[in-house]
Amino acid sequence: MSAAVDQVLSAHVREEIDHWVAKFPEGRQRSAVIAALQAAQHENEGFVTPEIMDAIAAYLDLPAIQVYEVATFYSMFETKPVGRHSISVCTNISCWLRGADDIVAHIESKLGIKVGESTPDGKYYLKREEECLAACCGAPMMMVDHHYHENLTPEKIDEALDSLD
Amino acid sequence: MSDDTVNIEVDGVPVTARRGQMIIEVTDREDAYVPRFCYHEKLSVAANCRMCLVEVEKAPKPLPACATPVAEGMKIFTRSQAAIAAQKATMEFLLINHPLDCPICDQGGECELQDLAMGFGRDVSRYAERKRVVRDKNLGPLVSTDMTRCIHCTRCVRFGQEIAGLQELGTTGRGEHMEIGTYIERSVEHELSGNIIDLCPVGALNSKPYRFGARAWEMLAKPLVAPHDCLGSNIDAHVLRGTLKRVVPRANDAINETWISDRDRFSYEGIYADDRLLEPMIKRDQEWIAVSWEEALDAASAAFRAGADDDGDALGAFVSPSATVEEQFLLTRLVEHSGSSNVDHRLRTRDFRDQDADPPWRWLGADIAALEELDSLLVVGSNLRMEVPMLAHRVRKAALSGTAVGFVNPERYEYHFPVAAHVDAPVETLAAALAGIVAGAGGEVSGAPSGAAFSEAAALLAGKDRSLVLLGQLVERHPQAADIRAMAAELCRLTGAQLGYLSDGANAAGAAIAGATPHRGAGALAREHAGRHVNAMLSSPRHVYVLYGVEPDADFADAELAHQALKAADTVVSFTPYATGALLDCADVLLPIGTFAETSGTYINVEGHWQSFAAAATLPGSASEGWRVLRVLGNALELPQCDYQSADDVRDALRAIVGDAAPDNAYAGSWDAELAPADVALADLDISIYDVDAIVRRATALQRTRLAAADSSDEPADQVA
Repeated sequence: MSAAVDQVLSAHVREEIDHWVAKFPEGRQRSAVIAALQAAQHENEGFVTPEIMDAIAAYLDLPAIQVYEVATFYSMFETKPVGRHSISVCTNISCWLRGADDIVAHIESKLGIKVGESTPDGKYYLKREEECLAACCGAPMMMVDHHYHENLTPEKIDEALDSLD
Repeated sequence: MSDDTVNIEVDGVPVTARRGQMIIEVTDREDAYVPRFCYHEKLSVAANCRMCLVEVEKAPKPLPACATPVAEGMKIFTRSQAAIAAQKATMEFLLINHPLDCPICDQGGECELQDLAMGFGRDVSRYAERKRVVRDKNLGPLVSTDMTRCIHCTRCVRFGQEIAGLQELGTTGRGEHMEIGTYIERSVEHELSGNIIDLCPVGALNSKPYRFGARAWEMLAKPLVAPHDCLGSNIDAHVLRGTLKRVVPRANDAINETWISDRDRFSYEGIYADDRLLEPMIKRDQEWIAVSWEEALDAASAAFRAGADDDGDALGAFVSPSATVEEQFLLTRLVEHSGSSNVDHRLRTRDFRDQDADPPWRWLGADIAALEELDSLLVVGSNLRMEVPMLAHRVRKAALSGTAVGFVNPERYEYHFPVAAHVDAPVETLAAALAGIVAGAGGEVSGAPSGAAFSEAAALLAGKDRSLVLLGQLVERHPQAADIRAMAAELCRLTGAQLGYLSDGANAAGAAIAGATPHRGAGALAREHAGRHVNAMLSSPRHVYVLYGVEPDADFADAELAHQALKAADTVVSFTPYATGALLDCADVLLPIGTFAETSGTYINVEGHWQSFAAAATLPGSASEGWRVLRVLGNALELPQCDYQSADDVRDALRAIVGDAAPDNAYAGSWDAELAPADVALADLDISIYDVDAIVRRATALQRTRLAAADSSDEPADQVA
């Protein structure tokens, strides 16, 4: 392993990747790309850079493009800098019928950004169109940093977002 | 009926097929046409274009022929209403986002999408919404992109993964946002990457040097043989009114399959270099003046006559190992007619000690396709991918299908396959490393190094039915080549492996057979009076030199020595396509001849396979085919039996001498190991992939690639990222 990979991926991320590589047969380390990106993204304030993707490719002994493919395919990975806290509002049918559009509008006006943008202070990121998150019984809902918030009202949103650091 | 075959029906016709075969393989065999984009017989099955949908009895939906294995009793309908409807529906979807800019697309006229749209498309589009637009990628100087045309068949991606072994392109994004590209802007760099141009079924990936150069239907396809390495890849030259516009592979499963290297594909640009010599020239009072052929040939005849002094020892002739057999044979006859044996093609060879023991007609040691069947292969002194790119592909295929491939090399070159053994052998001690392997195989050699790597390399070969020791161009050019060859032969004797050789140029085998060596004449039969080899001709300068397709500043092992010798000569006659600076400096007569594309001729490849071709492109200016110039010169010098009417006549005359002789690598040298380090640097031996001959050195697009830039600092690379 080159020193560069060492510097880009923390010991914890590398440990996490090793953990996932061990779950697959030898030579199938490509299967660990998703887990590797998740771990690296988590430590990099919610997004991955080409440098990080290259390091993952080098660590897993894969062509870099195979890591780029995965990172750009899944909407859970961000390949450009975004705000620290990721907000995904479901706008699929159940949530939409229960007023998801108003929820999005409230967040947009509260944070002063449009869907797909981050606040200038780098605190919030309002993700573009995250579709059904499988919480229809609690519609309308949103996910903030992997936590579900259901039966949303403007007050609940304010409380959830204001409590973040 | 064995268990391995199944009975099926294709369009009502009962046929048998191998169990597990895909439907499309059977329908192709039965000439039942099924349209397709993503399927390619040399690539893995992706089944993502859906164009090959066919109806199968009892299947509820149409099935992709490329990804559905045949089963007993299966009834397949390729032209039924349901099949055609499915194919038409797929076509309609494929055309939704396609720009339909055929009139300005280089692929127009030879486009699979265009062809199939004629057969399966609607004449009016029902799609009135916005089409997507994809930003073009800069993939470097060889491949142009128009990514909006892409239909996401992923042939180019699979080519990188499976054939090149280096995935450079991929699919990024998802759904509507999916794109083919490199993500981070960068060039495709693999030496075979030009093949993605042929693979692309639409106009998304095209040849950058050819861009907007011609329309496919205006050109004639003329068969040629690639002139840059000893493999003899089959190519088609596409010629527009006499001008070569592009080169594409001609399928030959025994040699290059359906691929060619970028060197073979893009080198044609060098034919049209600015310094092409257009008319004969003579140097008078240090001034170059254009003269008639008559005058130039008079001067050349006079030179040959002057060369007859000292029983012909006043003459020295060098012929390119990439000249045709006909040219090499006729030039040799002219030299012999002057009473001389001073002719040689081994321009980059440094060690001639074992030339008499060396096999007269060396070869690969196995058929090219048979490399895939080897149990083990030990490559000695070869930057294989750069020397013979398509052969490296065969070796990679072999390695992936179980051949144990080892290397004895000064560097760990990247091969993109698992290497079974590697001996780190700096060029200075390459001979010693081989001695180590001989010792590892149980041979006795005093002072041989020992170590695990040597034993592993020896073990690779021992006890195998089919194993090969392949000596590369680093050996060919090595100052201790004789020792290395002798020890390789000893290694083969100890292990039962075959010995094989790679050679310089496209036709070194032809040159040996044509008699273009000082010690062996036509048919590679030993000469009565051996002449001087390259080094002996240069280190004690001759009065008259003849250069045939040779650039003295770039084609000799020792350019400085060559320069001094040529400068000291009374007369230097050069048959050359180019008026290069070094020739203008030291030659006295320049005779313009055609390149590989403008002359009829024959190359003998590394398998010993004779491949003849006819001139494809028109000669520029008053240049002439080399064999014709030599014949006229022969007549002027009263060379007997020199009334050849065609290049074929010349070849047949040589074939009559060669008779039934076949390549044979039996080595008769004695084993006299010299283990002192050689005084040589890797940079002297490892010639860059795009510097090997005069044509490729002038191929502008190739010279802008990163592979060319890797070892030349004189020109900045036109590169991204």
